[in-house]
Amino acid sequence: MTRDLSEQEFFLGHKACAGCGGSLAVRIALKALGERTVAVLPAGCMSAVGFNFPQLCFGNNAIISTFAGTASMMTGVLAGLRARGEEDFTVVGFAGDGGTADIGIQALSGAIDRNDDVIYICYDNEAYMNTGTQKSSLTPFGASTTTTPAGRVIRGNTSEKKDMFGIVAAHGIPYAATASVGYLDDYIRKVRTAASIRGTKYIHVLAPCPTGWGVGTDATVDYARRAVDCGLWPLAEFRDGEFSLSRDMTDPGALPEYVRSQRRFRHLTDADVEHIALARDRRWEQIRRDWTVPGA
Amino acid sequence: MFLSGNEAFAHGVRLARPGVISAYPITPQTTVVEKLSEMVADGELESDFVHVESEHSALSCAIGASAAGARTFTATSSQGLLYMAECLPYAAGGRFPIVMMNANRSTALPWNIYGDQRDSMLLLDSGWIQAYAEDGQEALDLAVMAYRIAEDPRVSTPFMVNLDGFHLTHTYEIVDVPDRGSADSYLPPYETENRIDLENPRNLCFSAGPEFNTAFKEGEHRALLRTRDVVAEAEDGFLRAFGRGYPGLVDAYRCDDAEFVLVTLGSVSGLCRDVADELRSEGVRAGVLRIRYLRPFPSEEIVSVLKGATAAGVLEKDISFGHAGAVHTNVCSALFSGGVSIPVCNRIGGLGGANISRSDVRRVFADIARGERDVAFLQGGPA
Repeated sequence: MTRDLSEQEFFLGHKACAGCGGSLAVRIALKALGERTVAVLPAGCMSAVGFNFPQLCFGNNAIISTFAGTASMMTGVLAGLRARGEEDFTVVGFAGDGGTADIGIQALSGAIDRNDDVIYICYDNEAYMNTGTQKSSLTPFGASTTTTPAGRVIRGNTSEKKDMFGIVAAHGIPYAATASVGYLDDYIRKVRTAASIRGTKYIHVLAPCPTGWGVGTDATVDYARRAVDCGLWPLAEFRDGEFSLSRDMTDPGALPEYVRSQRRFRHLTDADVEHIALARDRRWEQIRRDWTVPGA
Repeated sequence: MFLSGNEAFAHGVRLARPGVISAYPITPQTTVVEKLSEMVADGELESDFVHVESEHSALSCAIGASAAGARTFTATSSQGLLYMAECLPYAAGGRFPIVMMNANRSTALPWNIYGDQRDSMLLLDSGWIQAYAEDGQEALDLAVMAYRIAEDPRVSTPFMVNLDGFHLTHTYEIVDVPDRGSADSYLPPYETENRIDLENPRNLCFSAGPEFNTAFKEGEHRALLRTRDVVAEAEDGFLRAFGRGYPGLVDAYRCDDAEFVLVTLGSVSGLCRDVADELRSEGVRAGVLRIRYLRPFPSEEIVSVLKGATAAGVLEKDISFGHAGAVHTNVCSALFSGGVSIPVCNRIGGLGGANISRSDVRRVFADIARGERDVAFLQGGPA
C-alpha cells in the first residue's frame, strides 16, 4: 500500500529530530488523504517543528490549535468550510499523547458526541516529548520520564497506560483504530478506511520518539514493529460496535528485550518486567475473549 | 418589540447571519443562546449551531470556523470567559473577527451570578475590541455594528460586546428590530484572505520567534488604534441605514460646561444622567461621560471632555485588587498623558449585583465636588 501512495509531499522542510516517529505518522497520513485536507495540530512537537514563520512546512492547509483545542478547532474548521459551501475536503487532527489523552480529551469527547465528520489521529510517543519527556497518561508503566524519574524509592511511572482506544469506542464512535508506524501498510489502510466513513474517526498510531525512549535514531520503525509483535501494542479496529484484531501477537517472548533495550526502562527490575508481561497477558485474554481475532 | 437585552442581542446576531455559532451555557448568558437556538430550529436563522462541551471549545471552535472564512458568534460570561481566556489572545493574534457577547457577571470566589464587570476587565489586555452597551437597543445595534467593525480589513480583530448581567441581559424594554433588507445592505457577507483556502493552501496560526514577534504584535496594536476611525464610519453608515446615530467611543452628557464629571459605563449610566439632571436643577454643573468602548481606549475624547472640568470621578463595577478600578487607571493615564491635572476619585460599586442607588450616585458627585482623589467602595445592597 505504501507503493501507491502519492509522490507529493505535504510535510517537508520541518525540523523534527532524527528518527521522529510522529513526523512519519503525519507525513504518511497526509499523503494518504491528499491535498484537499485541512490539518489541525495543537501546540506540541509537530506544530513546534513545522510552523516557524517564515518557514512553514505544510503543503496542504494547516493550522495550529490551542493545546486543549485540537478537536474543537477541527469542528470549527469543518463547520466554517461547510458554511462557505465547500465540499470534498477532509479535516484531520494530529495531536500527541498528552494533547489527546490529557488536556485534549474533553474536546475530543465533545467532537465524538456530536459525531463531527473529522479524522482525529493521535500520534503516541508515550510522553510530553516537546517539553522534554514528561509523563502523560499514555506513558507506560515503569517508564522513566523527567517527571517520573527512576529514583531510589519510586522506579519511574507508577500508572498504567490509559486505554484511549476503549474510551473512544465507548462513545459509540463510527470508526476507531490502533496503528503503528512500524506497520505502514496497516496504518495507511486505516487512514483510508477512516476517510471513507462519515462521522468521527479516531486513529491511535504508536510513534516512537528515539530522543525520549532512548533508542537509536535508525530504530524508530524497528521499535514500532516490536511493540506490536510482542503484544504490548495490539493493532485493531472498532467499527459498527465491534472490535477486531488486525494482527496477532507474533513474538510474545520478545517483550523483555523490547523493554530492556530502551533507556527509559533500563532501571526496571525483573519483577517490573514480569508485571508488564502479566498486564499484557491479561489484556490479550480479554482481546481473545471479546474481539474478532483473525484465524480464530 | 418588547425584548430583554439578551433577546435584543440575539436579534442583532440573527440580522448579522453568522454561519457558525458555538456556545456553552452559563448564567446570565443563557437566554441569548437559547433564543438563537430557537431561531435556528425555526429556520429564521440559517446557521450551524455547535453544541460544544465547554467555553474553551466554544471559542476554539469559533476560531476554527473564522479561520475557515465563516462569520462566527459565541457568547459567555464570568467563569466561562475566564475558562476560555487562553483563546482570547489567540483569536486576536490570528486576527479573526469573531463577535462574542459577554454577559458581565461577578467572578468567584465568593460565588455570585449577578452582574459586575470584573470578568471582562480581566481580559481587557487580550487584544479584543471591547464595547459596553447601556440598553437593549444599543445591545442589538452593537451586535450588528460589531461585525461591520471587526471584519473591516483595516481592523480584522475580534469584538466583545458587554451587557451588564441581569440589569441589562434580563431587563425588558421596547426595542426596534431592523428589517432583514436594511441589515443585509449594511452588513455584506464576510470576505477575507486570512483564511483556509482549499485552492491555495495556507499555514495559519503559526509560531514567530523573537525576530518577527514584535511586528505581529505591533500589527495588532495598530489595528486596534485604526478601529477608532472604523467605529465612526460604521456609526455614520448605521445612521443612514437605520436612522439611529451613536456618538463614537464615548457618550458625553451635559459635559460642555460641566464642572464636575462622573465617568462611568454600562447600564448604570442612565441613573447617573438622571442624577446629573437633578444636580443641574439645583445649580450644580454636573455632567456624565459614558465610556462606550474600553478598547480602543478613548484617550483623546476623555482629555477633550475633562480638560474643562474642575474635578471628575470614575464609577465602575470592578477593582484591580491592591490598586484601583481598571477604568479609573485608564482614565488617569489618559489625563496625565494629555496634560490634564484634576482630581479624579474612584468609586467601586455594583459588585456581585449590588444595587447602585440614586443616593449613591449623589454621594459620588459630592465626593467629586470635594475634590476627592481616593479609591473607595460603595456600601452596596440588594439589587
